[in-house]
Amino acid sequence: MKKTVLLIVLSFLLTKTYAQEYFPNNESIPNKTMNFTAFTNARIYVTPTQVIEKGTLLIQNGKVIAAGTTVEIPKNCTTINLDGKSIYPSFIDLYTSFGVEKPKRNMERNPMYDTKRTGYYWNESIRSEVNAFENFAYDQAKAEELLKAGFGVVGTHVQDGIARGSGTLIALNNFDASKQLLSDRVSNHFGFTKSATTNQAYPSSLMGMMALLRQMYFDLDWYKKGNSATKDLSLEALTNNEKLVQIFATEDKLNSLRAAKIAKEFGLNYVLKGSGNEFERLDEIKKTNSRFIIPINFPVAYDVSDPNQADQMELKDLRFWNQAPTNLKVLSDNGIIFALTTDKLKKIEDFRTNLLKAIKYGFDKTKALEALTTIPAAILGKSDQMGTLKIGSLANFVVTSGEIFDEKTTLYENWVQGNKYVVNDITSKDVRGTYDLTINNEKFIWKIDGEVAAPKSDISTKDSKKVKSKLTISDNWLSTVIKSNDTTKTTFTRLIGYIDNTENLLGKAILPDGTETKWSAVKTSPFVKTVEAIKTEDQFKIMPTTFPNVAYGNTKKLEAQTMLFKNATVWTNEKEGILQETDVLIKNGKIAAIGKNISDASATIVDAKGKHLTSGIIDEHSHIAISNGVNEGGHNSSAEVTIQDVVNSEDINIYRDLAGGVTISQLLHGSANPIGGRSAIVKWKWGASPEEMLYKDQPGFIKFALGENVKQANWGITNPTRFPQTRMGVEQVFIDYFQRAKEYDLAWKKYNTSGKKGKAPRVDLDLQTIAEILNSERFISCHSYVQSEILMLMNVADKFNFKVNTFTHILEGYKVADKMKAHGVGASTFSDWWAYKFEVNDAIPFNGPIMHNAGLVVAYNSDDAEMSRRLNQEAAKAVKYGDVSEEEAWKFVTLNPAKLLRIDNKVGSIKVGKDGDVVLWNNNPLSIYAKAEKTVIEGVVYYDSKKDEENRVTIAKERNDLISQLLQEKNKGMITQEPKKTEKVEYHCDTMEE
Amino acid sequence: MNKKIYLLLLIFCISIHIKAQQTPAAKQSQSVLILNATAHLGNGKIIENSAIGFVNGKISLVADATLIRLAKDAYDITIDASGKHVYPGFIAPNSTLGLVEIDAIKSSDDEGEIGVMKPHIRSIIAYTADSKVIETVRPNGILMAQITPREGRIAGTSSIVQLDAWNWEDAVIKENDGIHVNFPSTFKRSGSWFEPGGIEANKDYKKQVSELNAFLSDAKAYLGTASKDRNLVLEATKGLFDGTQTLFINANEEKQIMDAVQFAKDNGIKKMVIVGGYEAYKTAELLQKNNISVLLRRVHEMPLKEDDDIDLPFKSAKLLSDKGVLVGLENSGSMERMNTRNLPFLAGTCVAYGMQKEEALKLITSNTAKILGIDAQCGTLEQGKDATLFISEGDALDMRTNKLTNAFIQGRSISLETHQTKLNDRYKSKYNQK
Repeated sequence: MKKTVLLIVLSFLLTKTYAQEYFPNNESIPNKTMNFTAFTNARIYVTPTQVIEKGTLLIQNGKVIAAGTTVEIPKNCTTINLDGKSIYPSFIDLYTSFGVEKPKRNMERNPMYDTKRTGYYWNESIRSEVNAFENFAYDQAKAEELLKAGFGVVGTHVQDGIARGSGTLIALNNFDASKQLLSDRVSNHFGFTKSATTNQAYPSSLMGMMALLRQMYFDLDWYKKGNSATKDLSLEALTNNEKLVQIFATEDKLNSLRAAKIAKEFGLNYVLKGSGNEFERLDEIKKTNSRFIIPINFPVAYDVSDPNQADQMELKDLRFWNQAPTNLKVLSDNGIIFALTTDKLKKIEDFRTNLLKAIKYGFDKTKALEALTTIPAAILGKSDQMGTLKIGSLANFVVTSGEIFDEKTTLYENWVQGNKYVVNDITSKDVRGTYDLTINNEKFIWKIDGEVAAPKSDISTKDSKKVKSKLTISDNWLSTVIKSNDTTKTTFTRLIGYIDNTENLLGKAILPDGTETKWSAVKTSPFVKTVEAIKTEDQFKIMPTTFPNVAYGNTKKLEAQTMLFKNATVWTNEKEGILQETDVLIKNGKIAAIGKNISDASATIVDAKGKHLTSGIIDEHSHIAISNGVNEGGHNSSAEVTIQDVVNSEDINIYRDLAGGVTISQLLHGSANPIGGRSAIVKWKWGASPEEMLYKDQPGFIKFALGENVKQANWGITNPTRFPQTRMGVEQVFIDYFQRAKEYDLAWKKYNTSGKKGKAPRVDLDLQTIAEILNSERFISCHSYVQSEILMLMNVADKFNFKVNTFTHILEGYKVADKMKAHGVGASTFSDWWAYKFEVNDAIPFNGPIMHNAGLVVAYNSDDAEMSRRLNQEAAKAVKYGDVSEEEAWKFVTLNPAKLLRIDNKVGSIKVGKDGDVVLWNNNPLSIYAKAEKTVIEGVVYYDSKKDEENRVTIAKERNDLISQLLQEKNKGMITQEPKKTEKVEYHCDTMEE
Repeated sequence: MNKKIYLLLLIFCISIHIKAQQTPAAKQSQSVLILNATAHLGNGKIIENSAIGFVNGKISLVADATLIRLAKDAYDITIDASGKHVYPGFIAPNSTLGLVEIDAIKSSDDEGEIGVMKPHIRSIIAYTADSKVIETVRPNGILMAQITPREGRIAGTSSIVQLDAWNWEDAVIKENDGIHVNFPSTFKRSGSWFEPGGIEANKDYKKQVSELNAFLSDAKAYLGTASKDRNLVLEATKGLFDGTQTLFINANEEKQIMDAVQFAKDNGIKKMVIVGGYEAYKTAELLQKNNISVLLRRVHEMPLKEDDDIDLPFKSAKLLSDKGVLVGLENSGSMERMNTRNLPFLAGTCVAYGMQKEEALKLITSNTAKILGIDAQCGTLEQGKDATLFISEGDALDMRTNKLTNAFIQGRSISLETHQTKLNDRYKSKYNQK
């Protein structure tokens, strides 16, 4: 009790003079001042572009009163002469977690399907109700780090979850707690990370997060219209935060494009917090028309002095080290508007180092200042309050010795709301240099370097023996402790002295025995910043950015050619069959002519004599080039997710697929749940952006799955918790979803046809997608193995009056080929896989041929990154095991998958008018000895075996150059990190992300 | 309780399914002559119109049919193989055939014992000679295999079998032929389940290598004294020091391979083979100089590094062979047992990427036999060797033409039927019923 009283009393006592006016005051007489402070004779950057020479800055009560050359100085004013010094508005960082703690991770590993929260959104990663200020505690120490780096205001929020709630704006006022809070709700945050607090299974993938965000926005709209019977504080918070700046942490260039896509769909305007790799997809980033917040945590050089370790590094990582410092220049040169952030830096003090590095690599200094002042202020909509030194703005500014982004410049003071925080004592005399030191007639050489306010002492005897010493400077008093040279004892000589004349220091010395005497030091040479001098020369050659920016990337965007293949063996896949000694002309991206003696003056002639020309291979079932998760297995149905959201244009496997003659793949969702996600049909335009790779006007497909994967049969003992656990349950899942989708569809049709009267039904992206299947607007490719479940799905489809389009895998298709034929479904299978799980025990390599002979459209697929590039050989297995003719077998990997994907009107055969997607082989394409020499998509050569040879030479050379740059960096004494690389995950159907 | 019943039922179901379907062939009683086929001897030579004869399980004749004269009834059976091809049986080294039936079913999985140093673990006794998987690899020409245990620093001891036998005792070609080591990796994965890191240097590498060294020097010391206290684990390494067993070291990185070579030298290992060898091409000269051969990892795989030549796995065998290293192909990896039947096509790919066909054939025949130390008995079509061979309608290294008509193991004409061919017949007839 007594303690509490004492505390209260104490806290009153500690209340500062500048406390808010309506706060009780414990001082005898209220000591409120209306005094002004004037800073005169300074170079004042009112804005990054408006500079006043020899000007005066007048402030009062934490605000700018005036700035100019003719400012009248009031009488009640303290004047500070800043002759030769500069004043800049202090910096603003919009993206920090200053003073807020990240929630603790939920370490429960058993997945949960429903939320345990009440009153909030159904998904625990939607945490829009979180307000950073509610668990905010001002962090004095962290504030000092930021103040030293020049920051005056920071935005802070809880960096957790997909919807992260509102952020708070804080002034880094270490003197007056009452003025720290500028705004408790200033920004609304989003990100692509699941909340650490949840063990809810959904969403388990990036595409799941995209879908969840969309559903959230639809629900928000629906909720706002008063349609919900229950209260949802998350959605209410979203509504309340709608007017705030919407900041989306994407942490990657492709993710920025993804967030921008959602913004576009919902008419939103996200400020995208990137990762520093934006330059790698510059055009697309620019097209988002978004403003960005960009970190500058450039990678530290890798220590490649051990060649074995160096070998493990990927070119892309070496290259990123080399190119990352140019990101700001590139973005700025291309008119992209961005603010800077300290986010992801190991130490705040690295901010200046890295920013100076970016400037050295061409980033404009004015732009840099804007990115730290006016732009963040504008993003906040607070340009009139901060970011400049215009009248009425916060008196937030830094005082420097010179040009702020000059290496030699010292930052003296950082004023926040009119309060001075001293970084380096402006009155400090610079004692750095080399001196002849005399103590009690003994001579030493004294070298002082380091920083002005924190100098380092280096004393040696006349015969060059080092003497240990420590020097401190405070208020122009110098004190030094020198360890005695006598190694048998630990005794010290102490020097003290007031710095008056830096050419000639003198003062009192206390010798180890306690006797007092005089010391003096005469400057013999001035201070030279040696380390810095080398640094200015360390600009390395910047490697060109390729598309994508990895090994084998293209140096420029590729263009279509007119190509004439002469005298090829042409596998037409049409009734003409295999034509000998035939010419094929590709023009304007299309197959323009097939025949003998074709000529075209504009065409590049390819001598194809003795070679085989086929249409491009189409892989009906692939999982390459997918970002962050192939399965959204968190729910029984994930029809709302789409692989089209997460195509990864940077995957090297695209290039490898092209080298195997693959031009088109269907990227399928995995098979973790009965109703999977929507597919992406892509053309492997290596170098293009994810959007450009999507097959134009593609038919909608969706993955379904049956059997062991969906019933979690191989997930171990503890994990299986989700319904269904048997094939019996799987049927019921389908019937239930289709029934609900049917009702959903009816409800909407009724609403739409009745002139949209009454309450609109809730948009449910899941059911909406399933309804598309019922309306034959979307087609199923179903992962399937055993005959019972195959029949089951066809029965369910019949009941709901639609057709299953494709059974994929379909390893027991041979047992029910007749029934499949009757249903009208196609088959996309493996040539010879079996024995990897119980349900493939009856899989046989004769499956494809039997189904083919039963009249089904049969394709062979890969479901595997490696096999995808050898699908031509897989087709040959239909010849080997089932005596299918070579001509028909070839269609298993070209025309037939095109039919299954409903794109055979444009691709899948060599026919005049179809897309110019062709492959030139050096041998019969079904042979193990065949190699693709050229892979062409719409007249663009995306793979050329000759160019590939050249690429290898270039890659080796560039690696070598970069390693030599890294070695130079290490030799210079720069900090390095251990070689490290990211692990590549190859996805299969049943790959689950943690 | 329920789970137990379920499990029992499951095991019951599997055991029904797994019963052997092909009856092993009886001992060769009649002599056989294969006439007029193109014989690929497996040693780099071809005989266009060949005469290959075998009696009592051994090859008695390898000749050019146009150059010899045979008595009409010199052989009991003559097979006219005009236009066809004869090959020595292919050998699948570093295989787990018969150790696992179905990958996903733990109860059918006997490939890796727990523990770290376990040379005493012997694969042969777990080898299921009547595995359904085995019968599906024979029709593509794979007639022998080295059955190899997995996991741990020292995985255990392998044995070599032929693939048509009633039980493991009958299957043995060479029992306990080698001991298999998984050499420490210089890199490891970092991070945790919720925040996976990257791949970084293995800081325990030196320690792990020295543990391995310590184990072998212990073994050597133990074997050098007549100790009363027997140590069965150390005793299991005896063959490594007297040259009767081969040390197979799984290693893929350049440094790992170089250290492994030094490790074998330091410990007085008589015969050592690198298994895997992804970067072996970088150390080819060292390997060649030390007479160390390589069982090269699966040819049909992705490059392990993004910057690597996209066809590196395809051409690695050539790179090594060109430098004089003896190379065989192994196929361990995902779905490795059922995939064994694609072994011939691994060799075929090596041809597409620069090797001569007959040289590539050696990668799965004579080279492998030499590496496994069974070359006196098999691996080529030569007089006196086992009559383990097959006839294919065409080039057996290309899936387009690999179609076996006959296969013999030690002279016994084996079945090329499988449960898969039976299902094929069954369902073809189903659709013909109408």
